[in-house]
Amino acid sequence: MSAAAEPLRDSALDDAALQSRLAQIWGTAPGFWGWLTTVDHKLIGRRYIITALCFLVLGGLAALVMRLQLGRPDNTLIGPDLYDQLFTMHGATMMFLFAVPVLETIPVYLVPLMIGTRNVAFPRLNAFSYWVYLFGGVMLWVAFFFNSGPDAGWFTYVPLASQEYDVGNRSSIWAQMITYTELSGLAVAVEIIVTVFKMRAPGMTLDRIPLFVWAALVTAFMVLFAMPAVMVCSTMLMLDPLLGFRFFDWKNGGDVLLWQHLFWFFGHPEVYFIFIPATGIVSAIIPAFAQRKMFGYPAIVLALIATGFLSFGLWVHHMFVTGLPRLGESFFTASSMAVSVPAGVQIFCWIATLWGGALRWRTPLLFVLGFIVNFVIGGLTGVMVASVPIDTQVHDTYFVVAHLHYVLIGGGVFPLLAGIYYWFPKLYGRMLDETLGRWNFWLAMLGFNLAFFPMHILGLMGMPRRVYTYQAEMGWGGLNLLSTIGAFIFFASFVVLLANMVRSLRRGETAPDNPWNAGTLEWATSSPPPPQNFSRIPVVTDVEPLWDNPQSLPTVDGLRADRRELIVSTLVDAEPSVRESSPLPSIWPFAAAMVTSLTLFGSVFTARAIEWGAIPIAIVFIGWFWPKGAREEES
Amino acid sequence: MKTHTVGSVADLPTTGFDSAALTWWGTLAFMSLEGSGFILAAGAYLYLMAVNPPWPYHSPLPNYWPGTIVALLLLASLPLNHLTAKWARARDLAKVQFGLVGMSLFGIAPLIVRWFEFPALNIRWDANAYGSAVWFLLGLHATHLVTDVGDTLVLAALMFTRHANNGRRFGDVTDNAFYWDFVVLTWLPIYALIYWVPRIA
Repeated sequence: MSAAAEPLRDSALDDAALQSRLAQIWGTAPGFWGWLTTVDHKLIGRRYIITALCFLVLGGLAALVMRLQLGRPDNTLIGPDLYDQLFTMHGATMMFLFAVPVLETIPVYLVPLMIGTRNVAFPRLNAFSYWVYLFGGVMLWVAFFFNSGPDAGWFTYVPLASQEYDVGNRSSIWAQMITYTELSGLAVAVEIIVTVFKMRAPGMTLDRIPLFVWAALVTAFMVLFAMPAVMVCSTMLMLDPLLGFRFFDWKNGGDVLLWQHLFWFFGHPEVYFIFIPATGIVSAIIPAFAQRKMFGYPAIVLALIATGFLSFGLWVHHMFVTGLPRLGESFFTASSMAVSVPAGVQIFCWIATLWGGALRWRTPLLFVLGFIVNFVIGGLTGVMVASVPIDTQVHDTYFVVAHLHYVLIGGGVFPLLAGIYYWFPKLYGRMLDETLGRWNFWLAMLGFNLAFFPMHILGLMGMPRRVYTYQAEMGWGGLNLLSTIGAFIFFASFVVLLANMVRSLRRGETAPDNPWNAGTLEWATSSPPPPQNFSRIPVVTDVEPLWDNPQSLPTVDGLRADRRELIVSTLVDAEPSVRESSPLPSIWPFAAAMVTSLTLFGSVFTARAIEWGAIPIAIVFIGWFWPKGAREEES
Repeated sequence: MKTHTVGSVADLPTTGFDSAALTWWGTLAFMSLEGSGFILAAGAYLYLMAVNPPWPYHSPLPNYWPGTIVALLLLASLPLNHLTAKWARARDLAKVQFGLVGMSLFGIAPLIVRWFEFPALNIRWDANAYGSAVWFLLGLHATHLVTDVGDTLVLAALMFTRHANNGRRFGDVTDNAFYWDFVVLTWLPIYALIYWVPRIA
């Protein structure tokens, strides 16, 4: 090959020329077509986060209607059928459409930036996963507005969810929503694992991976092994009305507890899909706001991995009142208490880091401290309900509702809000307002505790979950009213957040590259980052690379500047091993998601939809796979 | 942020095989999650078996011949599968073409037998929970079989086009062979579970 035919390399260009050239190569076309075809992890990650926050609002509104109904005894605002749909929609939305997607996909945005690469491992799969998730969520809510919202609780226990008790196709709608969201969740897990394993910047050995990325990796592995359980059982559930399968039909050898085992084998780790990435957010924020490296980095990594493993040995504690053998119950009590040990290790490491640090009392840190307080309360009641005698008393009461909200909101949403305040400047190039941030925090703290703390007492007084009303003589009216007031204050805190975001996007202070003087690589890029993330790939020398190299970041060159190219590195030492190309934008992921979603939707009503859908599905996937002759497809 | 260059990756190859390739890890991850699905479906079968003695539940034993033939055909395909992967690593296009045509035939043959395997279970899916469990297991594996045969056929066609002589395509061939191993190996425990566990238990 002659020298003239040699591809253009980054080493031949100065910084400005390289930056603009790569921005063009890695950029997304403007307009609707670009919007449909993009494979940029930042655009898709942001889209995931915004969509999940929209579902948070819908789930929150469902909660507010329920709280209005329960605000006084003998209320007739809504009837039992709508109430059943509302609590199911609330739980299903918050778990499957908000909390898990948002915490699993913040890494879609951040992981490539934090590990010093230019995209995720399978960018088109990433695009596909988003569309499938969106269509699944929209299907669930459209069904609800047509009075076909699922109504058997977010965990959809049989026999209540079985064909003989189901109204219309409500349970099948739930089951198919699971197929969509889990398909998308599994695809994201695969991308995150491969991205973290094989695409880390040179020098980012295992002990230099940011803790947030470790948390994302552990979560992705948990998703990989737990989500198939819910796909298996929801498929079984759908096959019941669709084709007359008998898995849960006790008259024909089926067993209703099989459902509970399969569901909770997924459902308990699912709580940790929320908690583990949330701890990753906390571990990212604390060093930045204490301006010192995290105390006990190896202990935190081991705690994350231990939590991941232990979370698979806890599922039976959701089933203590189903009459299981005593020995089994004792084992699951022990494992449920054991999981508080790695959680405790992390909390002590965070406190130790904060203890000697020069703390900056900004909104992200406030939310982190709020998380620690609320989560510890949820953790303590968790240790209580891990004990079989206590659980037997409070099972299916508001005590459990209080516990799970302290764990999920305290342990998931507070860190998420901390993360929003922390990374918003990176995503949008604008700072959020600090005064509104403080209002947001204190309203959230007050509203959340006012809404959920009284539920502990209501539960101990015997108020059961999932009742649409109660009689005045029960004496639960006062605490329920307090809880309803708290729920509205909590909701108001999100209105403040929304106002803060809108204000910031319009006239917020411009964010510098690294407004918090943090040490991880995402802060080395501009705010917001350019399409290529890094024009020159950094070389990592420390767990906080920017603190180790405050003046100038070491980099490698030699990548092509005429096509999308990035570095594949070795698993343990992150030694560069291949210069790999990265796919261009494509319409095929969207087309594949459309065809897949239509087929899945059709199969709620008839098994024939699978036959009809098979051929278009095959066509779009072949179209996706077939080479188009782009430079990125050359070897 | 300012940068300074400390090294170069210019001399690195632009494609890697096996664990140096992203797709190999992606395939491994998909095998892990699908393997979890198989284990859980098998767990459901064993659970139903435990709560419903005697097993099979109100049903004759399944006829093991079609399943055995599928197992033998799948095992017989493994040498050619591995040779095809080896030829792909050596970038020997003619042999890869031969291997993929052979693997397509090795994929279609067990699919034809699988068609007869469902009725040989001697029970319908809607008769009882035992019927549901065996149809579910067999259907789950059949889905994997169909998907990988489809993938092999498309890849075989692709390797006869102008896109064939390309490191990335040879990588696709090795990954496809890797996945076929998974399809073959997962059949063995499911085969034992459907046909032999009820005979032994």
